[in-house]
Order: sequence, then C-alpha cells, then structure tokens
Amino acid sequence: MKLTLKIWRQAGPDAAGQLVTYPVEGISEDMSFLEMLDVLNEELIGKGEEPVAFDSDCREGICGMCSLMINGQAHGPEVTTTCQLHMRSFSDGDVITIEPWRAEAFPLVRDLIVDRSAFDRVIQAGGYISVNTGAAVEANNIQVQKHKADRAFDAATCIGCGACVAACPNASGMLFLGAKITHLGELPQGQAERDSRVVKMLNQHDAEDFGGCQNLGECAAACPKGIPLDVINQLNRDFMKAKR
Amino acid sequence: MATSTVSKPPRARTGKAGSTVFLKVLMAVTGFIFVLFVIAHMYGNLYKLFDGHLAFNEYSEHLRTIGEPMLPRHGFLTIMEVVLGVSVILHIYSAVQLWKRSKAARPQRYVVKKSVAQSFSSKWMRWGGVFLLLFLIWHLLQFTIIRFNVGSGGDNPSITHDPYELVVHSFNVWWVTLIYVVAMIALGMHLRHGIWSAAQTLGFTPTPRARVIANTIAIVVALVVAVGFVIPPLAIAFGGIK
Repeated sequence: MKLTLKIWRQAGPDAAGQLVTYPVEGISEDMSFLEMLDVLNEELIGKGEEPVAFDSDCREGICGMCSLMINGQAHGPEVTTTCQLHMRSFSDGDVITIEPWRAEAFPLVRDLIVDRSAFDRVIQAGGYISVNTGAAVEANNIQVQKHKADRAFDAATCIGCGACVAACPNASGMLFLGAKITHLGELPQGQAERDSRVVKMLNQHDAEDFGGCQNLGECAAACPKGIPLDVINQLNRDFMKAKR
Repeated sequence: MATSTVSKPPRARTGKAGSTVFLKVLMAVTGFIFVLFVIAHMYGNLYKLFDGHLAFNEYSEHLRTIGEPMLPRHGFLTIMEVVLGVSVILHIYSAVQLWKRSKAARPQRYVVKKSVAQSFSSKWMRWGGVFLLLFLIWHLLQFTIIRFNVGSGGDNPSITHDPYELVVHSFNVWWVTLIYVVAMIALGMHLRHGIWSAAQTLGFTPTPRARVIANTIAIVVALVVAVGFVIPPLAIAFGGIK
C-alpha cells in the first residue's frame, strides 16, 4: 500500500505545531496502524530526521496508552484501539490525517503525545474503595447479584485511553467518569463512599477543565471498549442523590 | 523514545453550585417546564383558531380569568409569566456557562473531525437556542407586549385589540409566516435533542431500552409540537382561515 500521511508535528508544549505531509510506501495491510508509523519512523531515522513521537505500550488493546485522532476519529474508523487497528481498514492511495487528542485537560507534550494525567487525578479524588488491609478475604464472601456484577465489569473495562474526551465536541470526560462511578457504585464494596465519591470526582473533573456533557453520544461511539452512554446517566443519578 | 512527563498538580476544586452536572440539571428542569408550556400553547392555538373568531377570542379571555375568583384577573397568567421568565433566565444562564466551559475545554480545534453518532438536531442546540430566543422576543412584541400589525389595515385598534383579527392579519403577510415556519423547525429540533438530553441528565435512561424510549418520545413530541404550531399560520396564509 502507498499512503499519504499528514501528521501533526510539534516540538514541545509551547512550540508552534503544524501538519507535515509524509508519503509512505510498501505498507502491508496486515500491519497495525502503529507498525505503519514504525515503518515511517525507521525511514525518518535513516534520513537523519526526528521521528514522530506517539504513545504506545502493550499493543494488545488492553493498556489504553495508544491514542491518535485518525481522519477525525479517535482510534480511527474501527471500534478498537489504534494498536489493534489494521491497515486493511484503509485503501491504497488514502490520505490519512493524524492528530493528537485535543483537550485543555490533556496538554500536548510533543507531536502526537498528550499528558493524560488529569484522568489519574480524577481517580485519586475518589475512584477507589477504602478497605482495611490484612489477610486476603475469601473472594465469594460478599455475594453480588449477577446483573450488577456484569454491569460493574462492563464499566470496569474502561482503559482510560481518553478517546471519549477526544471525540466529544465539548472535550468532556463524562464517559470515563461515569464508567468509574458505575463500576464502583454497582458493587457492595463501593457503597460506603458512593455519595462522596461522585461529588469529589465530578469536582475534580470540572477543575481539570473538561467540558460539560451534552448527551451527544460521540464518546460511546468512539470508546474502544464499547462503554455505553448509560454510565453517564448513572453518574447524573448518583450526583443528584448525593446532593439531596 | 523516552519522554519525561511532568504532571500538573491537583487543582483547586470548583464550587458545588457550579458543577457541570448541576448546570445540566438546571437546564433540564427549566427545559421541561417549557415543554409543558409549548404543548399547552400549541393545543390552544390549534383547537380554538379553527373554531372561529368568537371561540378564539373567548379562549383568549378565558386565559385571563382562570382561577377567578380565587385569583385576581390575569392572576394565573402572571404566575405563569413569572415561572416562564425565571425559567428562561436560568436556562440561558446554564447554557452560557456550559458553552463557555466547552470552548475553554478545547482551545485548539481539530483540523479534521468527524461526528459519527450525534443527531443533526443536537448540532444546532446552541445557535438554534439563540435563534429561538430572538424569535421569542419578536413573538412577544408582536402578539403580547406591543401588539402590532404588519399586515393590511395597519395599527387599527379594531385589529390590534382583537386577538383573532391580529393573528389572521399577521399571517396573511408571507414573511411573517416564513419566520414562524423556520422558528418552528428550529423549535422542533431543539425539542428533539432537548427532551432526550433532559431525560438522560435527570437519570431516566439507565438501560438501552430506556434510551430508545426517551429518544422516541423526544421525536414524537418534537414533531407534534412543530407541526401543530405551523398548521394555523399556514392555514391562514393559504386561505383556510379568513
């Protein structure tokens, strides 16, 4: 495959950035999107140019490290992570525009890399349960209803990649936040701190300069883990209950 | 390549009253009041205008005497005006606050951005809302506050002080009818996304099925209200009511 890549290049947080065009050849359709970028970077290094900086880690679709806005869609045209997106999803001769996540809460570090530690601080604000440490408790001591366990687990599949924020026209982090609220709120262990959790986490979310939710659904459509919009409904519900 | 990332320190938390979810709840509740109002308003127009001159003016008079003698004349309308007035202010306040936060949340826009899920109506919520506000001011000046007639007969008191005559003369002017038709399309779109969004914000949509129901109700109410509102002006414009 022959492709034309338009990649956002920016030397640092305060430097001016721009789209730079790179033609690439000899791309196999069985390569992942990140492997295709590896090929480009090999070429750039060979020519003595600065390689394109992008995030990746496990390349198995489970860590949430990779990102990229590909032709205007978070993680590209398929419902998956960028590392699990394959070049067969594109056609020979395509022009592909690659941009970093754009949000005030995710400051740009370099090229396609952004700092997503705002998510960590939202978690730190209340995305945990407090338990006394000691010998491990028998796992089935506390019984959980099947539908609650399933819903909690589905919400817990969130890998914190930030695609929801990137896809949202308001750069809102509500799908991420809702996933955490639903995950912990459905389980017995999460009940003690349920009210304080939602208030603290929402306040941190707002303080990080994420936008508000308009219930547009772009986040759920972009989520590589298919987390549904009803986690935001749960978040709103829990918040109103906590404030009563 | 190794990158060292210096995280920003945790920031000061925002005040309770100003959280994004609080603003959205405020928007949803006030919006719901408008939904009830436009349904009642649409019903009144549609039902009484076709009953003729006398029936329409009697209906108009009846609105001023609801609740008598417990309430003074115009008492019910005054209560309603206050509730709607406060609602419109809070609705706009929350919209402006959230709009500002959204702008600040993405200072640098994408060069290429696709939207894959959001409805056409939802893209026009904010500018559509601004347009509806301008329309509301025009509508209130025309039929309530000043009561002016842009059609034949001019500002003759026999027209401007007769609700039925004022309505009929106004909608015989093509551009007045056009403004109302465009405004009602805008209203329908605002309701289509607004009702669904309010249901989600107020926590009525915990399951996929509930989401489908909320969206269906939103579409049905939006269509019924928009179509119900444009029938009388179109009937007048095309000679169905004289």
